[in-house]
Amino acid sequence: MDLENQARIKELAEKYGKEDLVVVLGGAEAEASGLAAETVSTGDPTFAGPLSGVSLGLKAYHIFELKEEIDPEIYDEQISMMEMVLEVDEIINEVKTYRG
Amino acid sequence: MSFPVIKGAAYALIQASNMLLHQGTTQTSERRKNPTSEHLEKLSQHLRSFQEAVSYPPNQVYIGNMTPDDLKDIPRPWYQAPVSGASRVGKHGEIMPEDEFLGLMKIVDAFDLVVLEEEFQTGVKGKISAHPVLKNIKDLDKLSQNPGRLEEISRLVEERLAQPIYFNGKLVGCVKKAHEFDEALSDHVMFENLVGKASAVFALMLLFSRTELQPHEVEYIIECSEEACGDMNQRGGGNFAKAVGEICGCVNATGSDTRSFCAGPAHALVEAAALAQTGIYKNVVVLAGGASAKLGMNSKDHVKKGMPVLEDMLGAFAIHIGENDGISPVIRTDGIGRHKIGSGASPQAVMTAIVAEPLDKMGYKITDVDRYSPEMQNPEITVPAGAGDVPLANYKMIGALAVKRGELDKSDLMKAVAGFGMPGFAPTQGHIPSGVPFIGHACDMIREGKITRAMIVGKGSLFLGRLTNLFDGVSFIMEKNGGKEETSDFSKEEIRAMIAQAMKDFAKTLISNE
Repeated sequence: MDLENQARIKELAEKYGKEDLVVVLGGAEAEASGLAAETVSTGDPTFAGPLSGVSLGLKAYHIFELKEEIDPEIYDEQISMMEMVLEVDEIINEVKTYRG
Repeated sequence: MSFPVIKGAAYALIQASNMLLHQGTTQTSERRKNPTSEHLEKLSQHLRSFQEAVSYPPNQVYIGNMTPDDLKDIPRPWYQAPVSGASRVGKHGEIMPEDEFLGLMKIVDAFDLVVLEEEFQTGVKGKISAHPVLKNIKDLDKLSQNPGRLEEISRLVEERLAQPIYFNGKLVGCVKKAHEFDEALSDHVMFENLVGKASAVFALMLLFSRTELQPHEVEYIIECSEEACGDMNQRGGGNFAKAVGEICGCVNATGSDTRSFCAGPAHALVEAAALAQTGIYKNVVVLAGGASAKLGMNSKDHVKKGMPVLEDMLGAFAIHIGENDGISPVIRTDGIGRHKIGSGASPQAVMTAIVAEPLDKMGYKITDVDRYSPEMQNPEITVPAGAGDVPLANYKMIGALAVKRGELDKSDLMKAVAGFGMPGFAPTQGHIPSGVPFIGHACDMIREGKITRAMIVGKGSLFLGRLTNLFDGVSFIMEKNGGKEETSDFSKEEIRAMIAQAMKDFAKTLISNE
């Protein structure tokens, strides 16, 4: 996960607490999305960024998992094309594994 | 309207394994953090030989000895499928080994910053003097002047006054800083800029050797790499374009640099098209050199997965845009695609702006375009690094957009992708893969009647510069030339004369009938 984003998420978790914070991912691929979910949950597995060895325990969801929460018109305009293109089930399954 | 044309394209690759180790930012960052890292230790065992780089199928496609379609028939991994009898010389360009390129860096250096050790310098001078494309290059005699002594080079490197130049693991030279404390002229920046300049020079010399264009006929050069050249008061002032043209004998040219991350080349080609169509400049060359910083960018993943480090290639290209000659493929300037500031950043919004809107303007459907050339990164480099197959992802998005627009049935999506798509074959050098590597092939395919039109798409990630979160993208259609159109004034005159003559004849018949 991008080092800047790691720093930003760490800062937000410190500011707002971990209880009411979820991370929404938009990754295009299962492995990278899973890596991001792992980073905000148990820490940066690549030991490159600010979340190395930091276990925030945040829950991450891919945007595809939140379809029901989104205005259908906006979802259609912003995401439906990518839904046709990406391996949706594979991404969701990978991201889910890091939510414990 | 008489559209401008693409008259020719040339492509260069330079294998630069030693630069990968010493100047690639993944490696320099690692060395700064952990000089004894396991990655750095293992890395050199994953480097390829020059012959392996030459016979690597995607590299053969880049220089035009094979077509992108040929790659479809070669099972991956391509690094285990060397092309037998592969040559460094290609129809559209050439693959150069690192030692010759280091010699070229000294030739193009106008400020005596490149120092090469005497024996090494003599060796590369012999090679460049015998090179069919470079043997008459301006300033070749620099390789007979001011050789360096190894002790002096070592001292400059140790005292951090210069970037080291290695060949076959041995220190053979250095690039000195150009100012005592100006960071914009540091040894690191000067190294990158000289790499960019030298590789662009090679591409332009290849263009002159592969096409009829003569150096003195070039009137404008647009350089579109991702480097910045200037000093601390104007760090990006330019001008790579004129610096490159000077070495290549373009005495009648001026030029400037255009930047937009990976979308730079597409912007530059649209600008060149406008200049040629209006007649402001008859012959415009768009070119860019390679980026040493990006060498081995994903090397950690490649090493981890037991692969050769495939990002050992610097890429460069030069493309000639001119007035309509009635033969070469035209650029449809009446349908340029652009991602507008207000377009939105979702992939859907981006693709609509770049692909669908210009096609609507020209009255085409997505499926009317025979080939799309978006970011043509070699998937063998990006997939192991978790970045996916970039061209394939773009093709699926274009197909999905066609489905959304009702131009394609969802069940035919992958069939359409196979039809207008191609495997990626370009090195991951940012601006290099972005649309342009296919232009040479597209010109061939259009001339041979295999395709009628192709869309070239450039995309750029502007957020990397930390000034905006906006995305960028530009596209254009290149199409079979319908033959030279007559200028409208000439036709009107001729028609007037014909009408006048017919009326005279008619009047005569009336008189004779009376």
